[in-house]
Amino acid sequence: MSHNDQVLSYPLHYDTALEPPKEWEQLRGQCPVATIELPSGDRATLLTRHEHIKTLLADARFARPTAADNAARVAPAGSGGVAATGDSSLAIPDKGEPHQRWRRLVGKYFTAKRMAALRPSMTATTERLIDEMVQQGAPADLKAGVGFPLPVYVICDMLGVPADDRHRFSRWSDMMLSVTRYSQEETHASMGEFVQYMSGHIATKRANQASDLIGMLIKESEGEGEGMSDAELLTTAMGLLVAGHETTANMIGKMVAMLLADRARWERLLADLSLVRAAVEESLRFDVNHGFGLRRFLTEDAEVGGQVLPAGTTVLCGMSAANRDESAFDQADQMDLGRAPNAHLAFGAGPHSCLGQALARTEMQVVLETLLRKLPTLELAVPAEDLQRMEGLLVGGLREVPVRW
Amino acid sequence: MKVTVDEAKCCGAGQCVLIAPDVFDQRDDDGIVILLDAEPASDQHTAVREAAAVCPSAAIRLDSDD
Ligand code: HEM
Ligand code: SF4
Repeated sequence: MSHNDQVLSYPLHYDTALEPPKEWEQLRGQCPVATIELPSGDRATLLTRHEHIKTLLADARFARPTAADNAARVAPAGSGGVAATGDSSLAIPDKGEPHQRWRRLVGKYFTAKRMAALRPSMTATTERLIDEMVQQGAPADLKAGVGFPLPVYVICDMLGVPADDRHRFSRWSDMMLSVTRYSQEETHASMGEFVQYMSGHIATKRANQASDLIGMLIKESEGEGEGMSDAELLTTAMGLLVAGHETTANMIGKMVAMLLADRARWERLLADLSLVRAAVEESLRFDVNHGFGLRRFLTEDAEVGGQVLPAGTTVLCGMSAANRDESAFDQADQMDLGRAPNAHLAFGAGPHSCLGQALARTEMQVVLETLLRKLPTLELAVPAEDLQRMEGLLVGGLREVPVRW
Repeated sequence: MKVTVDEAKCCGAGQCVLIAPDVFDQRDDDGIVILLDAEPASDQHTAVREAAAVCPSAAIRLDSDD
């Protein structure tokens, strides 16, 4: 079969929220380099094998498309947030040495040790959120009650922005991550508000010499040619706020839903709490809703699985499909809570691999531990088949995770 | 077992430190990996192998003759 015989319409259709689209297996097996049509009508190349995706993501020559690349567009004209359109107003360096320099400036605030130090306060916040959810009575939406607020509180605290403004952040971040949900007018207007809000904050912090992450980045940038430019600082702060909450919030909801969808999984964790770390990794691997997929724009020819993809190709890496690849994981379609090693691609790979992954992991571990301890009788309040996916954003997740206890 | 790390490849994801904190650490000033123990004792081997397998940048190399 030639790779151009068939053009798949993308995103693929899901029969139920927690089950993989039926095309994945066939794609990995017979058409691992497939042509797809995006919501914009533009064509791109979809990869679904673990090995191919890992190799491409590790290739430092390539990065997410920028507005200048003339890459395949994700969103139809007139819609799409900046994260989907690759708007050039996002001033974070996209590759090479400047990107590495930026990563190291920011990455040092997200090391495993620094994240471990946040554990006690994260646990206290999680306990409080669970208590509030319990007070309101069952059934409750675990995503709204715990999944969303926890990462927002944590990232707001790190960045030194008021958590009281969280409803605005959620809206701004949905707008930035929109594929088809909002019009371009709406996303532009909201981006303007967000820029204004964050610029104001940075100005205040500069004046007060704040000691939070933004304050530290400002301080390091004071010497001539040191640290970040003002534009970098602004997009870094905005980017961390968005990256720091929406993905993790959704992932917490999906993790709990998957673990409760088969109650034997939950029972196994109750019986052996030492499985929490591995169970978090397995939830990241097993999740079929990672979202749109990671994009790479090929500025030069690249070889994938013996096939040359020409310069100018826009590639979409289907991480969720790759995480179910039988050639990378034994019994890939089984959720094995003790799986190790678990080299899933939920956080990407290579130079752009998620900067906040130690934070996300710590948050997920804390939520899982605390739920097991405080609400051992937790269960889904609806049949797993009735869970609904969110649509129209780059990030994937469930609309609600109804639970009782 | 002999462990080497490639600082240039490391993206500071901290997976190795979460899995094998006796063998790996991260520098405070840029988050890049520090190798604490290049020849870890055998009770560390499973953890070190896991860290090498999941490192997102393939920055950890193992030469094991055991
Ligand atoms: C479960 C939660 C999360 C998931 C699944 C996730 C996933 C990802 C993925 C797949 C990438 C790679 C993008 C690419 O290669 O094009 C990425 C990058 C990134 N993530 Fe996360 N992320 C999560 C949480 C976080 C958190 C909590 C933060 C921090 C505050 C964060 C900050 C970032 C940043 C700054 C990048 C860009 C890194 C770069 O381009 O060098 N993420 N994330
Ligand atoms: S896991 Fe790999 S990339 Fe992450 S800190 Fe360790 S060596 Fe660096």
